[in-house]
Amino acid sequence: MHVPDGFLDAPVSVATGVVAAGAVAVSLRGARRELDERTAPLAGLVAAFIFAVQMLNFPVAAGTSGHLLGGALATVLVGPYTAVLCLAVVLLMQGLLFADGGLTALGTNITVMGVVTALVALLVFHGLLRVLPRRGGARVPVAVATFAAALVSVPASAIAFTGLYAIGGTADVSLGRVFAAMVGVHVLIGIGEAVITTATVGAVLAVRPDLVRAARSFTRPALVIRGGSGAVTPTPAPEPAAAPARPLRPLWLGGLGVAVVLAAFVSFYASAEPDGLERVATDEGIAEEARAHDLADSPLADYGVRDVDNARLSTGLAGAAGVAVTLAAGSAVFLAVRRRPGGADDATTGTSGRRETVAP
Amino acid sequence: MSGSHGPAARLYRPGTSAVHRLPAHCKLVAVLAFVLTVVATPREAVWAFGAYAAFLACVAAVARLPAGFVLRRLVIEVPFVAFAFLLPFIATGPRVEWLGLSLSESGLWGAWNILAKGTLGVAASVLLAATTELRQVLLGLQRLRLPPLLVQIASFMLRYADVIADELTRMRIARESRGFTARGPRHWSVLAKTAGALFIRCYERGERVHLAMLSRGYDGGMPVIDRLTAGGAQWARAAALPVPALVVCVLGWTL
Repeated sequence: MHVPDGFLDAPVSVATGVVAAGAVAVSLRGARRELDERTAPLAGLVAAFIFAVQMLNFPVAAGTSGHLLGGALATVLVGPYTAVLCLAVVLLMQGLLFADGGLTALGTNITVMGVVTALVALLVFHGLLRVLPRRGGARVPVAVATFAAALVSVPASAIAFTGLYAIGGTADVSLGRVFAAMVGVHVLIGIGEAVITTATVGAVLAVRPDLVRAARSFTRPALVIRGGSGAVTPTPAPEPAAAPARPLRPLWLGGLGVAVVLAAFVSFYASAEPDGLERVATDEGIAEEARAHDLADSPLADYGVRDVDNARLSTGLAGAAGVAVTLAAGSAVFLAVRRRPGGADDATTGTSGRRETVAP
Repeated sequence: MSGSHGPAARLYRPGTSAVHRLPAHCKLVAVLAFVLTVVATPREAVWAFGAYAAFLACVAAVARLPAGFVLRRLVIEVPFVAFAFLLPFIATGPRVEWLGLSLSESGLWGAWNILAKGTLGVAASVLLAATTELRQVLLGLQRLRLPPLLVQIASFMLRYADVIADELTRMRIARESRGFTARGPRHWSVLAKTAGALFIRCYERGERVHLAMLSRGYDGGMPVIDRLTAGGAQWARAAALPVPALVVCVLGWTL
């Protein structure tokens, strides 16, 4: 799973290193907001948890077993910034001490397995939570959103890796094959990851719902002060309610729509051109036709394309670029929303107004 | 941390050699520079990788690390060795015949590239971890201006990795002593509950650790008791690995 040294060329390694350093710097500031001054011990223990939970074997069949990757799990449980920090620290220690993943590929590993996973999981989770009906408690919507977030985040990180490989791979493997193999395998891994992550979050939610950070909007504490004479006084909400979240809903729906369309395009691309077809196309000389088709609606049509492989390369690049742009736009929107004055905390979880229940 | 016996402690091999005694930040810089040089070397310069391997063997000899120890630790790279062996069959480009197999020429080069560079990178990391105590690695990272908060998180992670792993072992023993064996996806929910319980225990332990630290005067930063320093001679000794490697790399590009 970890990218070793020499897999990607030097420029890509340096570029992803810069991206990872920037993401870690942003996360350091964000984690202080998520955990205040308890950041160091709590994030350290959560990192130890991720490290340990990767050693927990889940048997699949016939003697094979897999383990949790934990990116989506950490995002849902402790929030995106702390999750990125914990994953970065785990990867740093694995690279330095356990020789798991190359040192020069550290930036790539943090970007692909930490940043992309956390961002995608975050967007899918909160996007879904906005759309799902919220009646009937936290269990069902959180489970559905967690499942989708974990399911999408694993292939998304595989797609990000394929994009990097397209730019700086050191071996001439046909990009379509890398893409098909990576996405195919990682969809399967993603299903397992989704099942386990959902069950784990459900277990935490049942015991300590306040520890599932992404579900905070469901578990606002309903604190009351009971006087000696039986008088009941509701406590003020810990923070002022944010500006009404209604106007954001169309925006979230739109973003989710874009993501779904993109995913549909990507899966169509992956399933429409299996390996065999490519071989047949080249062998039977129908590559010329395929080229015309592939380029007709490719946004990178101006690139000199000579055969199927290159056509796939340009389409793949366009796809990767699309994913990157969507992610960037989504995160920019998210940051903008988050930065709104006066609503720093509520904006993440999307509470619309406070909910106070007074026990009779 | 030094008295622990978990997965993290087995990496270090105590010793008093010149490599062991070098300050950690010098070693970190040397290893990073070496790995960068290796990755920047053109893959056609096959002899250069032999030279790199010889340099690493010299370091291992000076550190008095047995060859068997280093070779056993290299097993970690098995997954990507498998990928490297697939490359000649799936890569594109002109093909060569070898023992009746049709292999891609560029795929062979790609496999060689990944095998050589990946193995050298792993070997360099193994040497670093075997000759440097965990605490020294963290101090070295701090000395190299890694953000203090990140170093603190890493130090908490390493300090409690064994504790948490032991917690997981106790949970496994508890499961098995009740007759549970996980055999397939049907049993995932039980294992997931283990993971959930483990998270709650970790988080609550973190809260307790924080309170304990507060009561001992924690104010957000860890006091640096032993600051690492390195003189010119030590830097020169640390440069004995990356500088010859750089010479080889330049030769590899020019020859």
